[in-house]
Amino acid sequence: MLTIKRILNDNVGWVLPILILAGWEAASRLGIMSENVLPAPSAVAEAFWRLLLTGELITNIGVSTLRALAGFVVGGSIGFAFGLANGVSSLSRGVTDTTLQMIRNIPHLALIPLVILWFGIDEEAKLFLVALGVFFPIYVNTLLGIQGVDPQLVEMGRTYGMSRRQLFSRVILPGALPSIFTGLRYALGIMWLTLIVAETIASSSGLGYMAMQAREFLLIDVVVLSILIYALLGKLADTLARLLERGFLQWHPAFKTA
Amino acid sequence: MTLTVTSLRSAPDQAPSIEQSPKGPIAFSLRGIGKSFGDKTVLDSIDLDVHEGEFVAVIGKSGCGKSTLLRLVAGLDQPTSGTLTHSPDTAGATRTRIMFQEPRLLPWARVADNVAVGLTGISKGKAAKEQALAILDEVGLKDRAGEWPYVLSGGQKQRVALARALVAHPGILALDEPLGALDALTRIEMQQLLERIWLKQKFTAVLVTHDVTEAVALADRVIVIDGGRIALDLDVSVPRPRRHGSSELARLEAKILDQLFGTGSARA
Repeated sequence: MLTIKRILNDNVGWVLPILILAGWEAASRLGIMSENVLPAPSAVAEAFWRLLLTGELITNIGVSTLRALAGFVVGGSIGFAFGLANGVSSLSRGVTDTTLQMIRNIPHLALIPLVILWFGIDEEAKLFLVALGVFFPIYVNTLLGIQGVDPQLVEMGRTYGMSRRQLFSRVILPGALPSIFTGLRYALGIMWLTLIVAETIASSSGLGYMAMQAREFLLIDVVVLSILIYALLGKLADTLARLLERGFLQWHPAFKTA
Repeated sequence: MTLTVTSLRSAPDQAPSIEQSPKGPIAFSLRGIGKSFGDKTVLDSIDLDVHEGEFVAVIGKSGCGKSTLLRLVAGLDQPTSGTLTHSPDTAGATRTRIMFQEPRLLPWARVADNVAVGLTGISKGKAAKEQALAILDEVGLKDRAGEWPYVLSGGQKQRVALARALVAHPGILALDEPLGALDALTRIEMQQLLERIWLKQKFTAVLVTHDVTEAVALADRVIVIDGGRIALDLDVSVPRPRRHGSSELARLEAKILDQLFGTGSARA
């Protein structure tokens, strides 16, 4: 009895999606919803199986994932580095923060025409856009995290003779970590969003490209499949981030286990 | 040791009566210490000698400068004028530790690791771990060594902070109202713990407090600060263990309150 309750508790987030799917399937079967508007989940599953067998799906998911991760690593590390530098040094903050905040207010997707002119529809274009999109949430939250570290703890560390290095690794960085993780999760969301928009507009491979091709041939099941895969990939990234968070923030009452 | 006292004596002598006392070597001494923040003078030419192993309580109304005095002694701030001399310890450097009003534990370090912060630059690894566990045993928290700080109660956190301050066997322990935020019963328990460890380790203790009862219960000597100056320097020669609420302590308490609020209003 207890275990059933626990399984329900752990997976309560999946109940609603499954209900929606069931309702959707029923509506299609009963002819309430036209095939041309939204194909039945079973039709989408068929499309999934078809594309899986041709290998097209795996290739496209692979291409998109690689792009997303590459852009994330580049943009994320630059954002993290700037966040650390500007959190620790007021000189660095004085020099760069105003500029960065101005750039932040440009919607990065508005740069797509310019990016196409610069890079064409090659990999650089996607990498650039994803990196730019990921940069800001990581930068802003790393900076906020460091600025929010309890000054009383820093003073404590100083009185106990910690060097600047020790102060950073034992007090400042761990103190900023919860905020850095918030940035990470935002960044993962933006990573997929940017990539998909970029792939839809300018690409010759990847999930976004697959969806656009399917639209041209009126393969609505493939279009819906692509959208569902985005949702799953996004959820997967978020789950990974949460797992990391749980591992690193055990000390935080909000993440206590059991 | 004789050398130390001689070197201190060379400072302009303004408190000869204390200089001659038989209490032993001086741990630190303040001469004409003043501290101002902008136009506001917080401390005004303070002269004070504290002897090794002495337990001194500093008391005064809020804003009288007692915490500032403690921060100067602990080396957290620099005086605007005057000199502060620490006697060179027999072992080399005299270590001063401060215990704050808040526990200030690192939330991301387990209890034993928090205590080991007190050994930064002194010892590491297994040796540090053993010392940390030994001092945790002394404050009665050895079985909590592997826990995160958030599971501890306020009093337990302050005990961990005390262990962290004492793990490196400091010569001077500066206490900035460390028991102020605790409930009355936990506070009495902590006072007894503090006294027990002080009797055992024999460090010099400087306790800033606004609790007169606490001051006379713990200290050998109570300093009352008023308007940035020392208004009263009172010896508490009641033998230990002292009983809370004894008439002798009550008499001393009344004397301090008289000094703070003027005669007649002490019992108000």
